[in-house]
Amino acid sequence: MSATTTPRAAGARPAAGKPGKARSSDKARAEAKLGWYLAGPAFVILVAVTGYPILQALYESLFSYRLTAPGDREFIGLRNYGVILTDSLWWEAMVNTVLITVVTVAIELVLGFALAMVMHKVLGWLRPIVRTAILVPYAVITVVSAYAWQYAFALTTGFMNSVVPGVGEDFDWFANKWTALLVICLSEIWKTTPFISLLLLAGLAQVPSDTIEAAKVDGATAWERLWRVTLPNMKASIMVALLFRALDAFRIFDNVYIMTQGAAGTQTVSALAYNQTISRLEIGLGSAVSVLLFVCVLVICFLAIKVFKVDLARARGEG
Amino acid sequence: MSTKEKLGWYLGALLIVLYAVLPVAYIVSMSFKSESDLANKKFFPTQWTTENYSGIFAGSGSDLFLPALRNSVITCLIATLIAVVLAMFAAYAIARLNFPGKRVVLTSALAVAVFPVITMVTPLFNLWRRVGLYDTIPGLIIPYLALTLPISIWTMSAFFRGIPWDMEQAAQVDGATSWQAFRKVIVPLAAPGVFTTAIIAFFIAWNDFVFGISLTSTSRAQPVPAALSSFTGSSYFVQPTGAISAAAVIVTIPVVLLALVFQRRIVAGLTNGAVKG
Repeated sequence: MSATTTPRAAGARPAAGKPGKARSSDKARAEAKLGWYLAGPAFVILVAVTGYPILQALYESLFSYRLTAPGDREFIGLRNYGVILTDSLWWEAMVNTVLITVVTVAIELVLGFALAMVMHKVLGWLRPIVRTAILVPYAVITVVSAYAWQYAFALTTGFMNSVVPGVGEDFDWFANKWTALLVICLSEIWKTTPFISLLLLAGLAQVPSDTIEAAKVDGATAWERLWRVTLPNMKASIMVALLFRALDAFRIFDNVYIMTQGAAGTQTVSALAYNQTISRLEIGLGSAVSVLLFVCVLVICFLAIKVFKVDLARARGEG
Repeated sequence: MSTKEKLGWYLGALLIVLYAVLPVAYIVSMSFKSESDLANKKFFPTQWTTENYSGIFAGSGSDLFLPALRNSVITCLIATLIAVVLAMFAAYAIARLNFPGKRVVLTSALAVAVFPVITMVTPLFNLWRRVGLYDTIPGLIIPYLALTLPISIWTMSAFFRGIPWDMEQAAQVDGATSWQAFRKVIVPLAAPGVFTTAIIAFFIAWNDFVFGISLTSTSRAQPVPAALSSFTGSSYFVQPTGAISAAAVIVTIPVVLLALVFQRRIVAGLTNGAVKG
């Protein structure tokens, strides 16, 4: 019986399927064409506005090139990179940037989770107020936030010296590298924690509440429930929040520029690139710093995706 | 939850509100301080004055502030508009159509979003000077697209993916023309997503500082954040603290209001793509 049905089914299928398949591939081709017509312009612009600059930066980084003496432009290969990588300024900027990134992201993750937890638990009339308030730092531009924090700590205008215990009236936060970096970190944390806490709040909402209840019934303490149930279930959103914030923090520029302009040893990689190019008009060296910064970002992405297995496509809702 | 536990969470909520508004409250307070009050090292002014505001709107600061405000509004609105329209087409294609390279579009948007902005500055600075786009509004709008397009594509494709596209066909079955079906069914469903995306894109553009200080130099195109950093006091020896504070408050008010009015949507837009697996 099966011997007779199988050939019939096999024979019937291509006969019925062939025109259908041809029609569907026509449709598929038309759909692909329309898809690229619609998505193409955005794609082309995306690639053009970033692809061109990075290639140009790569090219210009191989030249000894100052805008003040454009005639002296000369191909020098990788020498700019040699100059930068053997300069203590670069390494100081690098250490500062990594330090700021690690410190702010770590604190933001803990603080952001605490804020998300509060927003998750608080109900009634207070909830919309908290959710509204949390958007204020997000909406304030970084430059304004930098000024607010700078004025609060500044020697001439600040009220912080009279508030912070153990600090004299004439303590200058911005004269010392570590205290200046501290204020820079504080302003960065204030400004961007809301973003992380909103992502984590959305992640919290996805933790199945019956699993938590079950753990409760089984006698798990609040701490155990947090570590064994809540956090593992939020792993995806935590990882995405972490990666995005880390990349963002690594590019830190606005607060540094406003508060110290890189003085007192607070230079960051972005500030260094800016100073080389825009202030000193050293296009060759500035390009090389820019390229190195780009490479750092690539390395962070690579580590996140390969080592920590952050699934960006999934995280962004595709797939 | 026990009453004690509840009280704890409410106290936490109160702390969050304080945390969020205190620095803003401080800059607002600074903006109302008179010149002699600025160095009083207190949180509040001893004497409230609006002289800082009249200074930036009519006085010595107005030459710098008013054009900068105009530049910021024009640049950010145009950059947002272009980004949202282009992203709308792209997001529609991503959500609705099956085409090879869909992932490439999304991945490149992702890559551009994490691209270090300062890396673009060196080559653009040089090129813009050569082609005459340095210190012009179009010269800012183009790089702003690198900021606004990726986030627009993500946010909108996350929104569009949630639209029940079959409803369009259902309406056609019920006798509507395809245009009617699109306009009456899909447009109202897509509009909130498009609007939210526009607001988020506008925020991102409004926040820019790097391009502002690198690619502009005069009031021809300089946006507010860049202008703030080049404020000068009423004399060389006076710090422009009051004027900067007042200008900072002015640029903050519209975006904070937008954030507050549309908070639900913004929260949804920011978190939509990030957690839906």
